[in-house]
Amino acid sequence: MILLELLIGFLEIGLFSFGGAYGAIPLIRDVVLQFGWLEEEKLSYMIAVSESTPGPIMVNMATYVGSVKAGVPGAIVATLAVTLPAFLIVVLLTLLLKNLASRGIYKTVIGVLTACVTGMILATGVWMVLRCCFGGVTEFSPDYKAVILTIALTAVYLVWRTISKKRMSPILLICVAGAAGVLAYGW
Amino acid sequence: MKLLLELFLTFAKIGLFTFGGGYAMLPLIENICVGKKGWITHEEMAHITVIAESTPGPVAINCATYVGLKKKGLPGAVAATLGVILPSFVIILIISFFIDRFLEIKWVASAFRGIKIAVGILIIDASIRLMSKMDRKPLHAVVLAVSFAAVMLINIFALSVSTIVLMLLAALTGTVVYLIKRRAEKEASE
Repeated sequence: MILLELLIGFLEIGLFSFGGAYGAIPLIRDVVLQFGWLEEEKLSYMIAVSESTPGPIMVNMATYVGSVKAGVPGAIVATLAVTLPAFLIVVLLTLLLKNLASRGIYKTVIGVLTACVTGMILATGVWMVLRCCFGGVTEFSPDYKAVILTIALTAVYLVWRTISKKRMSPILLICVAGAAGVLAYGW
Repeated sequence: MKLLLELFLTFAKIGLFTFGGGYAMLPLIENICVGKKGWITHEEMAHITVIAESTPGPVAINCATYVGLKKKGLPGAVAATLGVILPSFVIILIISFFIDRFLEIKWVASAFRGIKIAVGILIIDASIRLMSKMDRKPLHAVVLAVSFAAVMLINIFALSVSTIVLMLLAALTGTVVYLIKRRAEKEASE
């Protein structure tokens, strides 16, 4: 019943993800690991692929997971499931609850939720980098090349922003990181 | 029917030509829907940005649904939403068929070891950007620190706690804080 699992999992993700695609990453990771759909490894590949292809990142992730787990039907179910809550909420907000977004309670709750999600995103990113550098908790295996790559890539990213006054595009950073990976780990 | 097709094709084009997700799409949506097509006004665009940011789900979906709904009701919303999804759906579907074989190549696997780190950095940067946009209130700082610590602990000890639980707790905290604040204001005015 993988299709039903995909439906429930991605409805959950679509309904509880605030703050765009990055806000969804902790939740997607949660759901994907919980159902055992992908290993932690594959998850970062999926995020990299979703970042480097056009379109909404969350939709890309849903299509990817759905397709890997259950082919075309899986991709369709996961994509529609991640889309549906956002679709319905905008329709409801626009047609029925015009003033909800300006009510005090809604603003307060959304503010706290955003703070909570921001903390979750930060922890997820920190954890992903730590795992690359030091392995998991049970299989502690420091990787000095990864530590050096982390420092180098962070430096490139920050220097780029300082010099060009613009954020380095994620795709460019991913390309640089790919080239650096080939240099560090061989071909 | 013609307008439905136009909504579908326009949003398919937007979906095909934006890299970097929903937030990268907002300027293009504004350019096309407000400027070129005149489908919505600048005020509506600002309104939809707020809605997109404060409701769950992909930002691009929220925008497409809103514009479609304004122009042609429910059928319009469906056409625009499907349009914005379709290009990436097809592209990712094709990639997903090949990725496993692709990853067996040595240099590709090496490249992805570097890319994994880049993804982590991008995620950290996303959270920093969200922080800079947040209202600076002590409550927000505390909630942020607690949720950070909680997710780190969940990861370190491999606990099976869903992050949804954290979000529900945050929503509850927000509600309680709001009620306390309103009560205090009422008492102050009496």
